[in-house]
Amino acid sequence: MSGASAPVRALAGARSAVGQDGPDGAAPVLEVRDLSVAYSSGHESTTVVHEVSLRIHPGEVVAVVGESGSGKTTTAQAVIGLLAENGSVTAGQILLNGTDITAWSPKQLQAVRGSRIGLVPQDPNNSLNPVKRIGDSLGEVLRIHRWGDKRAIRARVVELLERVGIPDPQLRARQYPHELSGGMKQRVLIASAIALDPELIIADEATSALDVTVQRNILDLLDELRAELGTAILLVTHDLAVAADRATSVVVLKDGRVQEQGPKDEVLTAPTSAYTRQLLADAPALATAGRRTLAEAERIVAHGAGARPTLVVRDLVQEFSLGRGRDPLRAVDGVSFSVQPGTTHAIVGESGSGKTTIARAVLGFHTPTSGSIAVGGQELTGLRGEQLRQLRRVLQMVYQNPFSSLDPRQDVATIIAEPLTNFGLGDRAGRAAKVTALLDQVSLPAGLATRRPAELSGGQRQRVAIARALVLEPQLLVLDEAVSALDVSVQAQILRLLEQLQDDLGLTYLFISHDLAVVRHISHTVTVLNQGRVVESGLTESVFTDPAEPYTRALLAAIPGRLAPAGLPQEPSA
Amino acid sequence: MTAEAPTDVRVPDGAPTPGAPRTRGSGAVGRSTPPTGGGRVVALLTGYVPRRLGQALIVLWIAFTAAFVLLQALPGDAIMIRFENPELGLSPEQIADIRASYGVDDPVLIQYLHTFAGFVRGDFGYSVQSGTPVQQLIAEAFPQTLVLAAAGFVLAVLLAFAIAFLSASASFAWIRTALRSVPSLFVSVPVFWLGIVLIQSFSFRLGWVAVINPGPVEGLILPVLTLAVPIAAPIAQILTRSIDEVYTQPFVRVVQAKGASPSWVLWRNVLKNATLPTLTMAGILFGELIGGAVVTETVFGRSGIGRITEQAVAHQDTPVLQAVVLLAATAFVLINLAVDLIYPKLDPRLARQVGASR
Repeated sequence: MSGASAPVRALAGARSAVGQDGPDGAAPVLEVRDLSVAYSSGHESTTVVHEVSLRIHPGEVVAVVGESGSGKTTTAQAVIGLLAENGSVTAGQILLNGTDITAWSPKQLQAVRGSRIGLVPQDPNNSLNPVKRIGDSLGEVLRIHRWGDKRAIRARVVELLERVGIPDPQLRARQYPHELSGGMKQRVLIASAIALDPELIIADEATSALDVTVQRNILDLLDELRAELGTAILLVTHDLAVAADRATSVVVLKDGRVQEQGPKDEVLTAPTSAYTRQLLADAPALATAGRRTLAEAERIVAHGAGARPTLVVRDLVQEFSLGRGRDPLRAVDGVSFSVQPGTTHAIVGESGSGKTTIARAVLGFHTPTSGSIAVGGQELTGLRGEQLRQLRRVLQMVYQNPFSSLDPRQDVATIIAEPLTNFGLGDRAGRAAKVTALLDQVSLPAGLATRRPAELSGGQRQRVAIARALVLEPQLLVLDEAVSALDVSVQAQILRLLEQLQDDLGLTYLFISHDLAVVRHISHTVTVLNQGRVVESGLTESVFTDPAEPYTRALLAAIPGRLAPAGLPQEPSA
Repeated sequence: MTAEAPTDVRVPDGAPTPGAPRTRGSGAVGRSTPPTGGGRVVALLTGYVPRRLGQALIVLWIAFTAAFVLLQALPGDAIMIRFENPELGLSPEQIADIRASYGVDDPVLIQYLHTFAGFVRGDFGYSVQSGTPVQQLIAEAFPQTLVLAAAGFVLAVLLAFAIAFLSASASFAWIRTALRSVPSLFVSVPVFWLGIVLIQSFSFRLGWVAVINPGPVEGLILPVLTLAVPIAAPIAQILTRSIDEVYTQPFVRVVQAKGASPSWVLWRNVLKNATLPTLTMAGILFGELIGGAVVTETVFGRSGIGRITEQAVAHQDTPVLQAVVLLAATAFVLINLAVDLIYPKLDPRLARQVGASR
């Protein structure tokens, strides 16, 4: 590495570059120097990454952390030479093992991709060619780089599948992606990334789409491979807790600029930038205690104990037919819980646990196979047509994805007033007044009323969705993963809004989520679900601090952020 | 590694979507051991294919009945048109005899059952116009049309793929843009006009292709081209669109990250995915082919099913029309059956559904 001395000199003057020298003084695998990336549309060009520098040595994990639009994915794409067609590196250098690859031709970059840089993509569920067998997809990288003949590749594929912990590798190699679970697909993608033993692996939000226990297994696997092969990992993530668990150093990006970078312990325990401090405070997974103490929650729940519960679900069973000659699928199996007025009850579980099915049954979208659901004392199973429609006045929902739950052709005022129109409530002036009041209540400027959803940010859209749910003054709000799609700082704002609305209006929430940390933060009581059955339920703080069931314990242990250094700052008490 | 496997096998459905039951259904499938390929084939043979064949027969029967009803409802009378001509000098009695031999004065239901029984036996009756058995007419014309249609379809598919691939991979942006506008141009070209223009320029102006007594191959060139262009256009449109769509899917990026060249990405990954929607379209477009054959054969003076149809319509030759309708319906049903059977071969996700619902 003759070029090794030059980068060191060049960086000596740069501010707090990550990973000063390798553990053994080795040259960095990847060095990014003052990288700027711009996207052009028409004649305009927008710079989205500004002078980002970072270094990764063999065996290191550098986490690039940031919210959406921070330029973290663009940085990763620039490193692997796969920027979108209208994107280009406008300044700076990317050095792979001391060689500047910034100006390389597409042909040269093709030779590097897959062989020296591996990519583990974001969502395993659509990152494999759906019409290609697993073995062919995995063997593709070997064939592209002419690694060996057919027989050798076939053997290597099975070996790789085995290495990443896929049982029955022979059989799995012949299957198609849709026959594998998300976690298994991510293992296949990791196998593909490590197939040619690259020096660098870029993991771009590699576990964001996975369940918490699966996420933990995948991150463990990456860690293991790194230790075994000495691979360097560039970990792109929005999740500070994941970075806290796995990274050796952290780069915090905001609006394409480095806010702070350095060894993990320094950045996370003694952040120098206000933005990092804010991120740390907003990350629910890094909070070591719930928002309320056990006694507080007990008092609130006891306060409402005399009153009639807002929602009572008894022995709910929901089956789905899988076709003739097959046993129906029991998505929900004998679930019971009740929610006191003015409190938040969380239903938490992994994918396939039946939590969304419960939410849909409570909302009357499908009739349960058996069991009863009562809202404000009124039995809702068996309600049809008009009666069910009237029920929507006391029961409203906020959906997960604020980008698809609003009609793109309506303006905000129309969206919020639509439930009033549907029920023929109020006159035009009355509705307009109501919309203005609600916009204020969800802390949106009144000027937004005439805008369309496309002009709003994700957080603003979710506020609009909440305002729409509140316009009928319902008693019960079903929040189905309502904050899961949002950036951590926006998520914190929406959670604060929900809490404030509950305090002001005495609302009752049924809060459906896969995110245990968020659940701990917002809910008074909780039901833990697994495969349609209740594992454990009770006051949130007591379930979280003293879980009785092994499943709950496993789930809690898998929350990222638990491996973080002990000196992590406590969340400022809310 | 082994201890974690059970949790890993749970299928994450990511966003809880309204399609929850279906997602969970596939989740259950993911948990169980997957069936072997052999089991799937058996399931196909025992359930799917016979059921589809049954459906096809019902479709044919409905087409037959609908054609019969419509032809009965037509004003005018083919036999009167043909035989009441004073030049023939037939007496009313003779005409009555002819009417009786064709059975046209029987009650409609009897006629229907009679015709239906004939069709089931393979007896399509006699042409009112020429008096020859309809099956003979069709047997003579069918090969001609089959050659024309098959050649037209193959050329259309080739044209469509050529346009779509060039517009996806041409190295200059302006070529891509230009190629992208070709299909919309083709779509708006009427068949008869195109035929006439082709004859004008290639035969009369340039003299490359003879129109009068051309050889069997030479005579096919212009009709096939005429037939292919309007069919190629929608296929190319769908194909271009689905190629674009497949390129936006995340797995393409993953393949690129493996170091694949652009042509590797296109040929070995995008192509198969993009063909799927096109296949359905191709099945539907077969109808265009039949309509196109009528016009093309008339314009170029070729004998064939299209020509027979044109003449039968002109003379209200009901038995011939009835047979042509059924022939077209059969062709339609067969093509779409073939498409449905090929589909699971190209898209394994559908093969699974077929297996799961049985």
